Amino acid sequence: MANKIRVATTSLAGCFGCHMSFLDLDERLVALAELVEFDRSPLTDIEHCSSTCDIGLIEGGVCNSENVHVLREFRKNCKILVAVGACAINGGLPAMRNSFSLEECLLEAYRDGIGVENAQIPSDPELPLLLDKVRPIHEVVKIDYFLPGCPPSADVFWSFLSDLLEGREPNLANELIHFD
Amino acid sequence: MSNTINIDGQTIPFQEGQTIIEAATAAGVYIPHLCHKPGYTPHGSCKLCTVNVNGRNCSACTFPAAEGQNIINNSRELTHDRQKITQMLFVEGNHLCPSCEKTGNCQLQAVAYQLNMVDNHFPHFYPHREMDASHPDILLDHNRCIFCNLCVRASAEKDGKNVFAISGRGINKHLIVNSASGKLKDSAIDINDCAAHVCPTGAILIKRTGYQVPIGQRIYDHQSISTVALTQEQEHGE
Repeated sequence: MANKIRVATTSLAGCFGCHMSFLDLDERLVALAELVEFDRSPLTDIEHCSSTCDIGLIEGGVCNSENVHVLREFRKNCKILVAVGACAINGGLPAMRNSFSLEECLLEAYRDGIGVENAQIPSDPELPLLLDKVRPIHEVVKIDYFLPGCPPSADVFWSFLSDLLEGREPNLANELIHFD
Repeated sequence: MSNTINIDGQTIPFQEGQTIIEAATAAGVYIPHLCHKPGYTPHGSCKLCTVNVNGRNCSACTFPAAEGQNIINNSRELTHDRQKITQMLFVEGNHLCPSCEKTGNCQLQAVAYQLNMVDNHFPHFYPHREMDASHPDILLDHNRCIFCNLCVRASAEKDGKNVFAISGRGINKHLIVNSASGKLKDSAIDINDCAAHVCPTGAILIKRTGYQVPIGQRIYDHQSISTVALTQEQEHGE
C-alpha cells in the first residue's frame, strides 16, 4: 500500500468530461488500482493534497482565484503535473468568454439575459473572484505533460499512465493526438 | 543532364522550373505546409515547409530545385522548428477545436497532429476578432485566419474577383473583404468560388454543411495529413 503511486486529480474551469473519460478505463481501472492510490480528487472527496503526491492530473483552465490556489497547491505537492484536455491546455470552451469583457459577461448572465428574474450580480465574499480572462494552466504554473483531447480518450490516459508507471518517458502515439 | 536533388539521402528527379516542394511531392516525399497549394502562386508565408538546403534554411515552396542540392527535410531540429511555428499560429488566433465545425477536416489541426504537437507552449493572445456571418452561404470567422493568403490568391487567380486581401502589418495584420461595407454579403464572392473552399482552417466555411460528416469520420480523424496531402497533390499533377 505504501509503495503505491499517489495520484491527485481536480477539475478547475472544466466540465468533468475528462474525469468521466478517465472512468472509461472501465476494467483497466482494476489493474490501475493495483499500482495507484488516489489522493485529493473528486473521486475520493479528499479536500487537500498530501505532500507526497506523484502525479497530479488537472482538468480545466483557470477562470477564477480559487482555480489559481488549487493549481498552486497541486504544483507544490505533485512531482509530475499533467494538463488534461483542451481546457487545461488552451482554455477551451470557457475561454470563448475571452472575446468579451468580464463586465459584459456578468451583465448578460445576471442582468440582461433572457429569463433573468430578480437581477443582481453575485457578490457574496465566499465566491471566488473571476479572472478577466480564462487562461490555460501552463500560463500559471510549470506543466510537465499534456494530454490533448475534448476529452482525451481512455486510451490516452492508459497510454500515458502505463508509460509513466513502467518507467518510460511518456509519448503519445500519433493516432492518440486529437484536439476535439 | 540528370536533374536530381537529394532529400534526406533519397535521390529525387526534378524538372526545370520546379520548386523543391513540387519535386518532393511528385516523388512521394511529404514536406509539411499550409500556405502552399499546387496550382497557386507560391506565397512562402507560413514557413512550415522550411527545409535545409546545403546548410541554409529556406522555404521549399518558393525555392527552385537545382542540381547538387543536398536537402534535409526530416530532422528533429526541423520538426521542432515547425512545431514551434504551428504553436505560434495557434496562440496568435482563437483556435478552439472542440467548438469549430472544421475540426477533423482542418489542415492546421492536422499539421499539428503530424508534428506530434500536444500543447500550445506560448502564452495565448486571445485577440479580439470579428465574425462576418452576413453572407447567406459563406461564413467568415477571423478568429481562425492564419493569413496563408490562399483565399486572396484563389479569388484573384482562379475566380478573377479580388474579393480578399491582407491589410496591416505585424500584429495588426488582418484579412479584409473587397466591398463598400467591408462585409462578405456585399462582395462578389459566390458559393461556387474557389475562394470559398480553399481555406485550410475554419476561417471560411460553407454554411449548413458543417456536420454532414460526423466528428470521428472526418478526413484527418484516421489519416495523417502527409498521406492525404500527397494523394491529393499528386492527383493534381504536380
